[in-house]
Amino acid sequence: MGATAVLALPMPLVAQLTQNDLQTRLGTESHIGNITGHAKDGKADYRRYCVSCHGDLGDGNGESFPWVDPKPRDFQLGVFKCRSTPTGTLPIDQDLFDTIARGLDRSNMPQWSTFTKQQRADLVAWVKHFSPRWVSEKPGTPIVIPPEPEVTADRIKAGRDVFARVQCWKCHGVLGQANGPSAATLTDDLGRPIAAYNFTEGAKPKCGDTDRDIYRIFMTGLDGTPMPSFADNIKPEEAWDLVFYLRTLMSQKSKEKELAKQLGLKPVDPNAPPPTQ
Amino acid sequence: MSTLTRSRFSRSSSSIPFLTAALVLVFLVLGVSQQANALPAFARKYGLRCSACHESWPMLNYFGQKFKDNGYQLMNDRDAPIWQNPGYWPVTFRITPIWHRVSTGKVEVDTYADGNPTGSTVRRVTSTGFDLSGLDFHTGGTLEKNISFYLLPSSDSTGAFHFEQVFVRLDNIFHSSWLNVKLGRFELDNLLSEKRILTLTGNGGVYQTYHFMPVGDGNIFGQIGDNQLGLEYMGHSVNDRTRISAALVSSSDGNVGLSTGANSYTGFFAGSQAFDTGRLGVQRIGFYAMVGQAATYYLTQGGVPLGGSGVANKGFSRVGFVGQFYFGPHIDLQIVTQHGSDNPWFGQGYGNAIATDGDGGTTATCSSPTPGCPFNNVPGTVLPVGAQTPTWNGATFEGHYVYSPQLIFIGRYEFEKMSQQANGAACTACTGGAGAGPSASNLGNISTYTIGFRYNPFMTSRAGLAWHNEYNWLHQDGTGPVIGLPSANINTGEVLTGLDFDF
Repeated sequence: MGATAVLALPMPLVAQLTQNDLQTRLGTESHIGNITGHAKDGKADYRRYCVSCHGDLGDGNGESFPWVDPKPRDFQLGVFKCRSTPTGTLPIDQDLFDTIARGLDRSNMPQWSTFTKQQRADLVAWVKHFSPRWVSEKPGTPIVIPPEPEVTADRIKAGRDVFARVQCWKCHGVLGQANGPSAATLTDDLGRPIAAYNFTEGAKPKCGDTDRDIYRIFMTGLDGTPMPSFADNIKPEEAWDLVFYLRTLMSQKSKEKELAKQLGLKPVDPNAPPPTQ
Repeated sequence: MSTLTRSRFSRSSSSIPFLTAALVLVFLVLGVSQQANALPAFARKYGLRCSACHESWPMLNYFGQKFKDNGYQLMNDRDAPIWQNPGYWPVTFRITPIWHRVSTGKVEVDTYADGNPTGSTVRRVTSTGFDLSGLDFHTGGTLEKNISFYLLPSSDSTGAFHFEQVFVRLDNIFHSSWLNVKLGRFELDNLLSEKRILTLTGNGGVYQTYHFMPVGDGNIFGQIGDNQLGLEYMGHSVNDRTRISAALVSSSDGNVGLSTGANSYTGFFAGSQAFDTGRLGVQRIGFYAMVGQAATYYLTQGGVPLGGSGVANKGFSRVGFVGQFYFGPHIDLQIVTQHGSDNPWFGQGYGNAIATDGDGGTTATCSSPTPGCPFNNVPGTVLPVGAQTPTWNGATFEGHYVYSPQLIFIGRYEFEKMSQQANGAACTACTGGAGAGPSASNLGNISTYTIGFRYNPFMTSRAGLAWHNEYNWLHQDGTGPVIGLPSANINTGEVLTGLDFDF
């Protein structure tokens, strides 16, 4: 989305942790439904599967760090892209649990769906134990997602207006090809270059590819990246409109794409004055 | 590495003494060669350590199995080669320098007096020394997203190469994980993969259950451990909990050049289901079935069998169950059972008239239909009176204690027991088993134990090194030399230590 809309996320100052610091947090737990994960039980799987990227201390500085792009998540910061909670807050355990199984497309994070639920819960607890944020803060409250309305041509057109108004095109491009005028300047919170999501390549959105997942991304933002939360800028019904419009940009067949074709819907004009709310 | 070291304990009775001696030779010359599909090239591509895909290299864990089932793809949209540095070249080599001691209990050797041969006797032959395995050059990965490949030129320890594995696989056809098709020479869909076996000795480096043949049996085509030439369909659920596969392969034991039957095929079917059992881990149970036909009559020219001309197909089957059971993060037990059955013609030594070796070529060609050449079911041949269907049951139990991804202890027990010999009670002029008459009920039975451990001093995404230590003991009933000791049993032991590395 537009660089002008990027929120400055507060970056917690985290001193580099030591193994001794982490020892004190081995009692960290996670709670996924009726499953309780224990950090100490997640250690073995972390060392087997995760450590080469995320590192022994969870700082994202594993042996593969130099060759991996995007860079592995620094768990010590306690900042996560895929959340159901408002921007700036900690995710709930279920968010991390889902991310482990879903993986992150267009990154080196695979789908760890082979784990048992218990293994994943233990890993969530282990991931949490790296960051002091879970000691001092509570996770955010998941946002409420209203029921998905019926797709209509009017909603798709309204979604295009939202796309223009909040200047999504500045990063994602008018056709969703990640080639907007700000795309080349994007960096993550650690100052590393980062690419905008290209809607046309067929890759799944990082935090899930259902309509609800896409809705959630607008409203929570992807913390640590230039993608902000639009919870204060977009009404819930507008967010659904935007979801429907974005479906028209994606390469996969969809009802929205068919409707847009029937409408002869044109891309946003970057030179036109922004539509009023 | 090549499959040349795989023991073939069951041959025609006339060749038993020869084979016993050959067994020693195989141990000494070819040592511990066997192949494994562990690719630091994949680890380098994705930045993951060996341990992400391997319980202990080269044995796959569940995640590694899923990676393989997805066509060597992580399915994170970084699988196409376009994502790799142009200089990336997915090649891995593997070879193992070793020291080993091989002791074979009963070997027929010549005796001398005053420098002159006086006959032969039976004695134990023990040898020790430094040795090498064969060499594998693995290359594999994706040609494009959802099009994967594998190429494995493999040599024995003398450097004689063959193509152990070559295939192209179309993955996730119509975006469905249930639709994958592979064409080429490949390992059958054995959950307990012999190509990723953790042991290296001559007899412990293969699964006897995957290669067992009754004594005197001529059907080499039912070895589920050998890579086969054919077409495979494979489907799996997204998380790989459910897996099914069906392969149609030539009944050639993987030999190239249409060297065997004129029109003989084998089907291999496998399916399994995994279950989430909480802290215990993921348990998997499944089945497999190999059902096929192979030729018993080869057209001849000047009495010599013609390759690719085999007809008079006869049937065979190998069926069994597979279980992979985990008891927490450190202990697991893998079980494979088998019930095998060959047509009586195979039991009498017919089938492998071309003397193929299972590595893609022929080891010998008979110059004339003399004794010692494989049997050929030429027109007018009749099945000897008393010949019957050889059947047997076997099982493999392999347990692991995984102290950490860097240290694994291995223990294995296998048995193969005949339930019906090819030579029945009415045999007087049979050609199967160990002689013309009825076979002892235990003839050819095998028991074998293997224990060992592998220690990886480091674990990175760049290369693999394991200090390997192993002991194997194998016992077979009634296949020893017949000199003065009919139906002698054979006991073979081997201890091995070496450095198993790949890069």
